[in-house]
Amino acid sequence: MRFSPEPLHIPDGFLTPLLAALGWLFAVIIINIALRQTRRQLGERQVPLMGILAAFIFAAQAINFPVAAGTSGHLLGGALAAIIMGPWAAALIMTAVVSVQALIFQDGGLLALGWNILNMGVLTAFAGYISYQGLQKWIGRSTSARVVAAFAAAWLSMEVGAIAAAIELALSGTSPLVIALPAMASVHALIGVGEGLLTSGAVRLLQATRPDVLDAGERAPGKLPATFVAGGLFLAIVLAAFSPLASSSPDGLEYVAKLGGFLARAQEPAFAFLPDYTIPFITHPAVTTILAVTIGTLVVFSVAWIVGRGTARKEL
Amino acid sequence: MELLEKNSKVCPVHINILDVYHARQSRIHRLDPRAKLLGSLMVILTTMLLPEGAWLPQGILFGLIVLLSFASRLGIFFTVRRSFIAIPFLLAALPLPFLTPGPPLWSLPGLGWVVTSTGLMRFLTILVRTWIAVQASIILSATTPASDLLWGLNAFRFPRLIVAIIGFMLRYLFILADEALRMLRARASRSPRLAGIKRPGLIWQSRVSGAMVGSLFLRSLERSERVHAAMLSRGYDGEMRRLYQPAFRTLDWLLLLGMILILCGIFSLSYWS
Repeated sequence: MRFSPEPLHIPDGFLTPLLAALGWLFAVIIINIALRQTRRQLGERQVPLMGILAAFIFAAQAINFPVAAGTSGHLLGGALAAIIMGPWAAALIMTAVVSVQALIFQDGGLLALGWNILNMGVLTAFAGYISYQGLQKWIGRSTSARVVAAFAAAWLSMEVGAIAAAIELALSGTSPLVIALPAMASVHALIGVGEGLLTSGAVRLLQATRPDVLDAGERAPGKLPATFVAGGLFLAIVLAAFSPLASSSPDGLEYVAKLGGFLARAQEPAFAFLPDYTIPFITHPAVTTILAVTIGTLVVFSVAWIVGRGTARKEL
Repeated sequence: MELLEKNSKVCPVHINILDVYHARQSRIHRLDPRAKLLGSLMVILTTMLLPEGAWLPQGILFGLIVLLSFASRLGIFFTVRRSFIAIPFLLAALPLPFLTPGPPLWSLPGLGWVVTSTGLMRFLTILVRTWIAVQASIILSATTPASDLLWGLNAFRFPRLIVAIIGFMLRYLFILADEALRMLRARASRSPRLAGIKRPGLIWQSRVSGAMVGSLFLRSLERSERVHAAMLSRGYDGEMRRLYQPAFRTLDWLLLLGMILILCGIFSLSYWS
């Protein structure tokens, strides 16, 4: 029985303190915006509703189905929450889930919590919401269109979260981008299929029993700001990874050493290798991975489009 | 009967999710949650800021954790036993020994991959840092009830509403988790694996599981409406209040001061040696 299945919870020790602090800063800003937005949307219902839905996501992560060879499909839930509740509410719900996993169950570190909230809460929710809405505009709002849109959105949300996590690890010098990016992207391309199947299954049930809930989720405010925030955040992370800054980004140790005036001593072996190992690798495989993920996304979305269009005609 | 036993192994009847907190009578348990939060954050920061390969200071830090775990009457190796949760993530750092340039140490037989001492050092440092950080937060959550922990976050100017939401989540966590377990048990008892009968396909299974997620959501939504109505009828006005307020006492100050001294000592040790 596992309650937090995805290998996305970064523990402490993997991110440099400076990067971790930056993550906390972003996370607090976005949480505050999200709180204000949902307050307007829900009023004093906000706390009980968000709290119970966060507990729901946590519990739903225990629901699995066997895939093959002892592995099983699990749910992360960011995209599902965003489809049902809108982007800002989903970001809050996932923030609560990820925080509890770190605070109480040691799933993900306390200092790394800022980035974990951004990766698994904010980015998955926003990416899922934006792509779900975008696809619906394309292929209509029939039942099957909603189901395939939910699949594609959930798959993409996992991929976005995983890529962000890989880049953060690379920026911290924990895992070179050449390895981390392709590895995380490909593993989560598989995990994302499970996520997509579960999410679309849930949407199918909701469409059959309570379509009003799905309609309310689509009317939830904040589409444009969410697009900007998610797009900006993701762009910032990717740019940070590919800028020349990344290769010489100060390690937490170096940063403190600089502050303490210890840099001269620290220039010796332990630190000398640090700055330059990313440069030769960063260009090629990383770019190809991003390219591969983009192509994969296009494929998933085109299939969703074809299936959605095809079945929609049948229904008519 | 055998099937039933097998199922109860697959699907436990009830999970007490909140059993991470271990109630004991100890000085550490009685500390102010703010002091404990600050203390664990300081330990985590220290282990992360220590230079690579500073094994002695890290060892002292580990000794401190063992000491705290003993002082909180959890047993000396309580944290060690529970600290393996972060291990799977180490896969992410596994390429480091091979990809960091440095003096070659050892070559992987067959593949010819070279392990460098610099890379190995980095990898081991990450391993130790993660291990110590996890143990620090295990002590925190094993000695502090979740509600106190949240109160501490509130006191540190954490966004008040998100803390209220998390508090609400914790209250309903085990109810909804049990609900999920009941659904899993129902599914398991209706779908035994029988010899000679083909397993249903992946898509079909995932659709069933997805429907379970969907109906769990509907139950949660309806429950939240009931809860909200009940709260309103009892005078809820959007504000979560708390009667008992922990207070910072001498012992809390002493602990914090002691921690700061010890951690400073560890730091200076790592830079002198």
